[in-house]
This record gives sequence, structure tokens and C-alpha cells, in this order.
Amino acid sequence: MADEEQKSAEQSQVPAEPPAPLLEPLLREQFGEAVLAYIRFRGQRCATIALSALLDVCRWLKAEQGFTYLADVIAVDYPKRDKRFQMVYQLFCVERAERLRLKVDVAEGESVPSVSGIWSGAAWPERECFDLMGIVFSGHPDLRRILLPEEATGHPLRKDYPLRGRERFADEDLGYKVERGGGER
Amino acid sequence: MSVKAQGRNVEHGVERNVLTTTLERVVGWARANSLWPATFGLACCAIEMIATAANRYDIARFGMEAFRASPRQADLMIVAGTVTRKMAPAVVRIYEQMPEPKWVLAMGSCASSGGIFDTYAVLQGIDRLLPVDVFVPGCPPRPEALLYGILRLHEKIKQDPKLISRYAGLDFDGVAEHARRLAAAQRSVNEE
Amino acid sequence: MVLETMVLNVGPQHPSTHGVLRVVVELEGERIRRCIPDIGYLHRGIEKLMEHKTYHQCLPLTDRLDYLAGPSNNLGFVLAVETLLGVSAPPRAQAVRVIMAELARIASHLFWLGTHAHDLGAMTPLFYAFRERERVMDLFEMAGGSRLFPCYFRIGGLAADLPEGFAEIARAFAAEVPARTLDYERLLTENPIWLARTKGVGRVSIDEVLDWGWSGPLARASGLAWDIRRSNPYCGYEQYTFEIPLGEEGDTFDRYRVRIEEIRQSAGIIIQALDQLPGGPVNVLDPKVSLPPKPRVYRDIEALIQHFLIIEEGIKVPKGEVYVAIESPKGEMGFYIVSDGGSKPYRVKNRAPSFINLQALPKLAEGRLLSDLIALIGTIDIVLADVDR
Repeated sequence: MADEEQKSAEQSQVPAEPPAPLLEPLLREQFGEAVLAYIRFRGQRCATIALSALLDVCRWLKAEQGFTYLADVIAVDYPKRDKRFQMVYQLFCVERAERLRLKVDVAEGESVPSVSGIWSGAAWPERECFDLMGIVFSGHPDLRRILLPEEATGHPLRKDYPLRGRERFADEDLGYKVERGGGER
Repeated sequence: MSVKAQGRNVEHGVERNVLTTTLERVVGWARANSLWPATFGLACCAIEMIATAANRYDIARFGMEAFRASPRQADLMIVAGTVTRKMAPAVVRIYEQMPEPKWVLAMGSCASSGGIFDTYAVLQGIDRLLPVDVFVPGCPPRPEALLYGILRLHEKIKQDPKLISRYAGLDFDGVAEHARRLAAAQRSVNEE
Repeated sequence: MVLETMVLNVGPQHPSTHGVLRVVVELEGERIRRCIPDIGYLHRGIEKLMEHKTYHQCLPLTDRLDYLAGPSNNLGFVLAVETLLGVSAPPRAQAVRVIMAELARIASHLFWLGTHAHDLGAMTPLFYAFRERERVMDLFEMAGGSRLFPCYFRIGGLAADLPEGFAEIARAFAAEVPARTLDYERLLTENPIWLARTKGVGRVSIDEVLDWGWSGPLARASGLAWDIRRSNPYCGYEQYTFEIPLGEEGDTFDRYRVRIEEIRQSAGIIIQALDQLPGGPVNVLDPKVSLPPKPRVYRDIEALIQHFLIIEEGIKVPKGEVYVAIESPKGEMGFYIVSDGGSKPYRVKNRAPSFINLQALPKLAEGRLLSDLIALIGTIDIVLADVDR
């Protein structure tokens, strides 16, 4: 399995991170059972941790391991799983040019602690996750819709939301009616 | 010495130096050749619209380089780009702020019909809310395509100086038909 | 004496907001007390739409993300899918991709320069910048058929090899770019009005850059020497020599200098890529990924079936997830793709640099004048389709 990963990483034109076997044992040593999984795929590292340890792991990674840059906060919907949502944090260490992916499984209705206190660039991506997926973040400075209008209902990126939306576009909805000079509308 | 004595008559002098036309034609010509577009670039089509206004395609040769930021001073709204649900009330409000006479050109596939974005957030064509005079398809339409659409709009404007299509709800062919009937009626009145 | 503040709405229809951005500002005279950006006026649901399209059908959608640099977005997406597949485009395709991506960077920066200067009152650079930009559009049209969105890349390589004459025209263009950038600099760099409007406006330190998630020219102007093409090279960038321009103070003026220098560096990369352009195929020789050449499709039943399956069903991508980031003209643009083994992605998330960069606008604008707001929006270099997706 490891051979295959290494070979596919070599073939890929996007370079794999250096093996850095150091991070996994450090992480496990520091957080023990909160580290639920650690996989390498196509040269990329991904650690799945428990929701309760999220803030501690993030602070440790930023302060001790140099992951001072948060690239993105992503939410994925897996409706068939017990814990429906998965939060993905994409981290980067500028000095070592290393990337790390952190994943946390979140059940529907559970709120996720906001990491905007650790990296303030997480504020808007978390708002987007709230807007499009409906995940609530506790401790977020300004949790409200960002991409959809304030009065929109529903969370479009969820798998049970239809692509074309639930509400029809009717002129009455928008509160404006433009008079056209006779003829058929 | 009078003009008549010079061996030429007044009609000859008038023919050479005076242009006769109708008021409607002058108004139509003036309106068409000095359309001022309102800046309404929404998405990628705005880039091609700006390229049309830039050096190579030079919309200034049609008198349209003055893109007005304020809709109060504009007479053409080029809806360039995707109209989303959140943006639609703003589009309508800007249209209503424009004084008459005003025209709308839907530039690009998104403004004409929603384009490739048949999703929860996109209005499938601005003609669901506003009366569009010319549709210019493309994703994005080339500047030449936009200029062609603008020239067709010029024709439409010149054909219809009394804005019959706006107030009587007739389409382009309907306006031409209406003009023909009027001319025929006028001729029959003259012959009586 | 009671000081009254006024709430003013900037946008969404505004000549200087670079698209449909709305900023609600609370003004005390000309000073901004509070500034709240309101986005989403161009949210088209691209990420949701991609879940219903095959990977190749997603390519034109990625074009329309950062619409000033279409090929750049394509590159990120194509690299992400290829990483998931475990294939690598052949060296000739990689070199051509670099050429197109750098042309896109030049086009994006030129547009930025023209509009940013126009916002601040300098209307002439717009026409100078567009003069060069039209030549880039010509090159895109030659290769991919469309001026703005050539959509020239395919998963596994390119749609077709470079047309005849492309290399000469591209080389001639890239050779002239440094002289042209001097034209723009002559208009702006020592211009007292430009200096007054950009020097010291929006100073950002390296710590703030990292905290806010800023990347690209914004980060480099503050002194952070980080360029993804250098730190995590992709697509063969390690073969090319180029400098990474850095600023010192991280203000609007430094961001302007950094981007102008990047245009020059991109031209250098294009010339190197053209010089080193290897021969060979432009598509990976994997029947599950690349379309077979058309003459074979007409004669060989296997090739016909292969062509049919790839077009009809799409490319089947193994189960897994990747995050691949490239250095787009705006900063780090990443694609996080989750595949469930089928031919349509399960989830695509586009890490949009403009979205992340725009977050910091309130922090930059508060306490400054309203006219600085316009300079700051321009210097962050946002593209609303990138912000809203």
C-alpha cells in the first residue's frame, strides 16, 4: 500500500510533501485518542481528529508546528454517514512548504467551535459553510449568511437540496413589477 | 441681382444647401448615434464590454464611449453577465431609475437565458424582469458581436422614433408593419 | 456638539467596485468608521453545479471563476483531477500549460493595472494596458478558439497541440513586454498624484498576512517570500528561473510595484518555456483518460469505443480526495476535490483567493478616507466571480 502511494506520488506532477514521518507520531503523542486517523494519499497528508479536540489541535499546530497559514475551511455533506458533515481544514506551513489536511466529523445539529480566534482568515469561509451547508459555528464573531440573500431559506450545498432550487423566480417574489407596454409577457 | 436672374431657381439652391427630412428621422438618428450606456457589468461579459470600449474595438466611433455611472444620465442598459437572485432587485431598480427613452441590451448567454448556470441562484434570463430590445448571445460574445448587436439596436431605434414598440407592445416587425400601414393611410388621405 | 455619522452604500452597481460588490460604510465626514462588505451578488452555485457534471464538463465552469485569468483556473482544476487519477501530463503539455498560465497572469495583471489606475483617476494606463492585453487575447484565440476562456487544457494534457505560428507570435509578444511595462511605470511610478494616493495606504505586516490568509502578490508586497511556483512547484516550474519580487512596506504602492515586476517575470518564463519546449505527445497515453486520435477513431473499433465511453460517461476517477493549489494571479487558488469513484465529482471546493483576501477590507479601510476605500478594493485585486463563485 505504501509503495503504491509512493509510486503514484512520484508519477504525479504535483510534488508530494516530504515524507515527514515526524508529524504523525508527534500528533499522536500529544493528543492520543483524539487522533482518529492519519492517512497519506497521492502524497498528501490528512489527519482526522475528534471534534472535542479541534481547537487544541489547531492551536498546537499553529504554535508548535508552524502551521501559521490556514488556506481554507471546507464542509462536505455525506448524508449516508452517521455523522453527516465533515469539516476540512487545509493548513500550510510556509517555512517548510508543507501542507496538512485536518478533518473533523460533525453530526447534524452539532455546532463546531470556530477557529477564527486562531486564524482570523477563517471568518468568511466559516460563514460560507454556515450559509451553504447549515453548520453552526460557536464563538464566531459574525455568523450570518454571506453568499445568499439574508432572507433565503435552505442550505443549497446539501445533497438533498435540488440544483435548480425550491423556489420559483416570480416577479411578485422580488417585489418589483415592470410594466411592459401591452403584448404577451 | 436676384437668384432668379442668375439663371438658377430657388429650388436648385435649396436642393444643394438644405437637407430635408422628417422630425422623426432626425430624432431617431440623434438618439441612435449618441446612446450612453449605463455601466452595468455584472460578470465576465463586462470584461468583453470593457474591451469593446477600449482601443481595438473602440465603441467611441459609435458615440458610446461615455459609460455613465449614474443611471439618471444613461439611456442604454447593457446587462452584461449573470443576473443572480440577490442582484435582480438591484437591476430592476437601476432600470427604473433610468429616464425614458431607454433600451436594454442583454449581453451574453447568462443575461439572455441564464447561460450555463441553471442553478438555484441564477435568474434564467433578464427578460423575465425587464423588456429586452436586443439579445447578444455568446459566452462571452466577442466585441464584434456586441457591436453588431448595438448596430441592430441603432436600426431599431431609428425605425421607431415614436417608441411605438414600447407603448403599443409591438415587436420589431410589428413596428415596421405599423409604419407601413400609417404610410399607406397617409397616402390614401393625400390622394383624396 | 454631536457628531453624526452617515451610512453610505457603495455598490453593487458602481464603476469602481470591479463588479457587483456592495460595501456599506458608516462615514464621519470623509473618514470611514465602519465598513461592511456585502457579497454574494454573483453567487451562481458553481460548486453545486459541478457535482452534476462530468470532470470535463466542469472545465468551462472553472474558467468562469476568476474570469480575468481563465487558463489559470483550468490549470488548477486539471492538476487536481490528474493528481486524483495518478497520471501526469507529458512534458510538452506541461510546458504549454506553463505558457498559457503565464499569459493568463500577464492578462490579469494588465487588466488590474488598467482598472486600478482608472479608479484612482489615471485613465491613460487603461488603454496602454489593453493594447497588450489584446495581443494576449489573440494568442488565446489562436490556441483555444476563444478570447477570454480558451478552455485549452484537458485532463491528461491539452485539447490539441499548439497551432503553427503560435510560438513566434508568443515569443515576439513576450520580448516586448518589459519595454511596455516601462511605459506604464513612466505614467505612474513617480507620479505625485499616484504616490499620494497609494503610498502608505493599507500597510500590512507579514504577521497580518499569515493571519488573514493572504497569498500571492498581496503577501509578497509585505515581504513574505512565498510563491507556490517556487515552494511547491507544479507543472515543471522548477525548470524555469524567475525572481520573486518582494515589497517592503506592504502598502498599495508596493503591491503595484510587485505586480508590474511579476508581469516582467512572467514574460521571462514564457520565453524560457518556448526555448525549452520539448517535443512529444500532448496527451497522456492512458486509454481511460485521453481521447484517441481522430483517424484511429474512424478505423479502429477499440478506439471508437474508447472515444464513446470517455465522451458519454466521462472519466472515472478513483475514490479519494485531494487538495491542489496553484499560484494564480490573485494568490493561492486551490481545488479540493472529493471523488466517490464515479465520473462526476462528489464535492468540489474552490479555494478562491479573492474571497479570502477581501475579508480583510474592513480592517484596512476603517479609519481611512472614503477615497482610500476605492484604492484598497483595487489593490486587493478582486474578481467577483472568484469571491462569490
